[in-house]
Amino acid sequence: MTKTLDHLSRLENQSIFIIREAYSQFRNIAMLWSIGKDSTTLMWLVRKAFFGKVPFAVLHIDTGYKFKEIYDFRDTYAQQWGINLMVVKNDEAIAQGVCPKTGKFECCNQLKTEALKQTMDKYKFKALYLGIRRDEHGIRAKERVFSTRDEDFEWDYKNQSPELWDQYKTKATHEEHIRVHPLLGWTELDIWQYILRENIPIVSLYFAKQGRRYRSIGCETCCSPVASQADTVEKIVEELQTSTISERSGRAQDKESAYIMQKLRSLGYM
Amino acid sequence: MTNILSFVIVGHVDHGKSTLVGRLLYDTDSLSSDKIEEMRKRSTELGHDIEFAYLLDHLEEERVQGITIDTTQVFFKSKKRRYVIIDAPGHVEFVKNMVTGASQANTAILIIDAAQGVQEQTRRHAYILSLLGLRGVTVVINKMDLVGFDKCQFESIEKDITDFLNRIDVHVNVCIPIAAKTGDNVVSRSNEMNWYKGPTTMEALDAVEIDIRRDSATFIFPVQDVFKLDDERVILGTIESGSIRENEYVSVLPTLQKTKINKLKVFGREIAEASAGESIGVITQAPVFLDRGMVLVNDENDVVCSDTIQAHLFWMHPKSYALGDKVDIRIATQEVRCVIEMVVKKINSSTLELINAAEAEIKNLEVAQVKIKTKKAVMYKRFQDNQGVGRFVLVRDGSICAGGIII
Ligand SMILES: Nc1nc2c(ncn2[C@@H]2O[C@H](COP(=O)(O)OP(=O)(O)OP(=O)(O)O)[C@@H](O)[C@H]2O)c(=O)[nH]1
Repeated sequence: MTKTLDHLSRLENQSIFIIREAYSQFRNIAMLWSIGKDSTTLMWLVRKAFFGKVPFAVLHIDTGYKFKEIYDFRDTYAQQWGINLMVVKNDEAIAQGVCPKTGKFECCNQLKTEALKQTMDKYKFKALYLGIRRDEHGIRAKERVFSTRDEDFEWDYKNQSPELWDQYKTKATHEEHIRVHPLLGWTELDIWQYILRENIPIVSLYFAKQGRRYRSIGCETCCSPVASQADTVEKIVEELQTSTISERSGRAQDKESAYIMQKLRSLGYM
Repeated sequence: MTNILSFVIVGHVDHGKSTLVGRLLYDTDSLSSDKIEEMRKRSTELGHDIEFAYLLDHLEEERVQGITIDTTQVFFKSKKRRYVIIDAPGHVEFVKNMVTGASQANTAILIIDAAQGVQEQTRRHAYILSLLGLRGVTVVINKMDLVGFDKCQFESIEKDITDFLNRIDVHVNVCIPIAAKTGDNVVSRSNEMNWYKGPTTMEALDAVEIDIRRDSATFIFPVQDVFKLDDERVILGTIESGSIRENEYVSVLPTLQKTKINKLKVFGREIAEASAGESIGVITQAPVFLDRGMVLVNDENDVVCSDTIQAHLFWMHPKSYALGDKVDIRIATQEVRCVIEMVVKKINSSTLELINAAEAEIKNLEVAQVKIKTKKAVMYKRFQDNQGVGRFVLVRDGSICAGGIII
């Protein structure tokens, strides 16, 4: 008998399909792990897709401004899950003094996008898994599951190729790489409900301490916590079902200008 | 509330798709307070009244020009269930983006401007929906405020569109007069159109039943990859239809070898049975050779395995297809070289006019009934019998340039 899958199981199975689809096309693929809830969920799904193995390199872009909790979490689970972790840093820019104070746009662009670009060049990765979701930010809602970047890393968002059903743009020609987004169709609530169901370990910054918690984590300098009493996964799920504040409201990049995210992304930002 | 209905809103440029989406979100309290604030601020910055379309049109170019360029998906919920809304661009230049959006939808809303009536993209989009296999649409006649909420105008457009949809075998669930800008008959009932007794847009959506796939029960498992796990070769894939148990026998297509399923694998738990929609691993009895593009089935007589395919396709690439050109066809995980051997007929996707089929090419935005010849036999079924292996895309240089269904 064919059974009907519940919503989370359907999302899980689709994401595993996408992860395997990309890996079958690109053996030289890598995954970005920001250690946040989304990319940690993605890691969980990758482990499911390959029966507990992570058969490719995992990149952590380290600006040097991350929270201590993030570094600790990363090192613990990289070891526990047998991950081939590569820490990616733009040492040159850091040496030149690029930092949040010299301008947030430049900081993100240099310490994240540039750093990633250097690594992709060096290791000739042809594709990259990212844990972005459509409901995070309007510009991300425009993304495809398989999305191309040209040799300069730029996203030609006005001329994306079509994607029909579960057939994706594949085989990058030599001058481009493909971003693969297995979580595109998940919402923030789906992620937390799945974390709850699967008991996925999550960095402690998401849980409320003294009435505040982070809903989205990145660099310590550019993230601010929101008021919340939710100190368990159950309570976060409950909070999200009633909240009217959007997820990235604590993120500085999103506020500076209406189109800063579009500009960052078109230049290759994640 | 485990089920989500995804629907696409399609129609001619400027007929109000993005506005309708914005209104649905706003009137169901699905918007965060900071998004509403942002929308107000941006609208005034660019010197407009509140524009609900800003909620969806996120690209700078989209807001400045007031058109949607690429498809967007947003989430919301009614009292009854959760929804994914897919906003698709109306401009002819962006039809491929519309197709991308529509191929992900369970159902569709076709929107028509009451003052302008049925237009070129109204018809083209409706036709594309039918080619993608969507058989029922909800029609909304928008901007009723511009025609003084006139019943006769509504009825005349309703008749036009119903006639057209009947010709392409699409069923109209209901036709609703609305004004997206003011919210009339979107979520709340309009006070201006007491002559209309049918459901509001929200009620009509809540009444749509999620199409349960009526695929046959044959077990179909397109092989996605072979993964070496320690010293085992695990066959990876997602079950397209039917179900399978350990120790059952299957046939491998196209080679027609027989093998036994020794073990089913899912990480973290033991399973003895798996069914449609599940992404699993399979270990078969040695020594059959399996690779991506092969298909495991439990009843090879219920599927077709052939190098000839009869299909309807929609060409959506500016570079035309010249008869005899080699492209790749993909059906599930199968991918082989093919040529379109014969064009049975060609149709203009908006006017439905027949185009001279003797012409040796298929141009952008043309629909054609064709005979495809593949280099090797591929496994498929008619679309009406199985969606997953009844549809295909044609690929040139790594990009999808056409999509279609097998007849
Ligand atoms: N008077 C009136 N104007 C409306 C109504 N609904 C939408 N509009 C206006 O029609 C214009 C086009 O609306 P959009 O929602 O951007 O149209 P669209 O169909 O999304 O356009 P594309 O996505 O570019 O195809 C905008 O200026 C809206 O304010 C309505 O009910 N009444």
